[in-house]
Amino acid sequence: MKLNTIKLYAIAALIALTAYNCNNDDDSNTEPIGPDFSGTYIQEDQMGRPAVNTVFVSSSSKDDFNTTIPSNQGAAFQSMFQTNLEALSPAYANPGDTNALGLDSATFTGLLATDVLNVSLDGTTTFYDGTNVLTGRALADDVITVELLLIFGGEDFSENPTLSNDNVDANDKEFLTSFPYLASPW
Amino acid sequence: MKKSKIFLGIAIVAVAGFIAIAADHIDAPAVQGGTNDITDFYAFQGEDTNNLVFVANTQGLLSPSATGSASFDENTLIEFNIDTTGDNVEDLVIQATARDGKMYFFGPAAPSSTGLSSSILTASQQGVVDITSYGSSATISTNGGMRFFAGPRDDPFFMDFAQYSAIVGGTATAFNNPGDDTFAGTNVMSVVVEVPKSMIGGTGTINTWVETKRKQ
Repeated sequence: MKLNTIKLYAIAALIALTAYNCNNDDDSNTEPIGPDFSGTYIQEDQMGRPAVNTVFVSSSSKDDFNTTIPSNQGAAFQSMFQTNLEALSPAYANPGDTNALGLDSATFTGLLATDVLNVSLDGTTTFYDGTNVLTGRALADDVITVELLLIFGGEDFSENPTLSNDNVDANDKEFLTSFPYLASPW
Repeated sequence: MKKSKIFLGIAIVAVAGFIAIAADHIDAPAVQGGTNDITDFYAFQGEDTNNLVFVANTQGLLSPSATGSASFDENTLIEFNIDTTGDNVEDLVIQATARDGKMYFFGPAAPSSTGLSSSILTASQQGVVDITSYGSSATISTNGGMRFFAGPRDDPFFMDFAQYSAIVGGTATAFNNPGDDTFAGTNVMSVVVEVPKSMIGGTGTINTWVETKRKQ
């Protein structure tokens, strides 16, 4: 930049600044004050897959689970999950027992203890639709029955049939096909 | 598997102490019944299949008469965490927080730090939407390919939780058929955000979870 140009800009800037500063008419200052987004926010609750903290975490550890980052949850909670799963369900009582995903109690709880939802960016997103497994969670997915089947249903979903389906298969209101997808409130 | 009857009896007693309300409603003492209590989390492909939709529901089991006075807490930050690299550490976050009747959205963007402590990514503000009031039709805003909603909605969760509790509590041995949806007729406070997949990794699988964080 040439020196003259710089001078010109400097003068222009000075004039602009002076003009602004000379404006003592504070009442006409209508510049809005934005919301305050400052500060530090500390975690209280977290959730990946449905019902995990509720079902698998012992009561004295529930707050702990909510404030353990997912990458640390497996090491901290897998064995508790396995103990609670085996106490809850007879489908894992014998050595070699698995659920319909072929997971034994150690492997299944290893998956669940890291409480994140796996979501595909390449197509169908569902908790389980008979074909796709853990590719997301859609509103209409009957996630509780899926979890009950994986907890109680044994290798082929046939064990403990009175415990592996709550027989509530759908929401009480129709979902919308368009954003925001959730039904209007009651 | 065949010693199941006896085993189940023991199991029911053993497990009775640690069941609260599913899916994540009222899951833990520190958040139970408060404005930071997450009830549910959904992530699914949008009507436009180039997009993914994230839903965070909070403050569960609102009766219709309680819904009109329910509100988002301005000291709460709702944070959708997105791991695009498979290590269960967030690479991107989408943040939502309420101010004076509006919900402000930030990201998807890399967080200033991962983990339990967050600051709001003010340089990445993506959108704002008027919080829909109870009884009004849904107010939606769009910006940069994203869509935003915040307000009361029907709780999309369904389960015969009462019977599940009875089974676990030892006063019942089976679900009923048909079951009874414990969450029928109740509302939640919802935040819904739709985002182009290209902004959150584009292809492959992400790991995602939602958090509520409170201003200190």
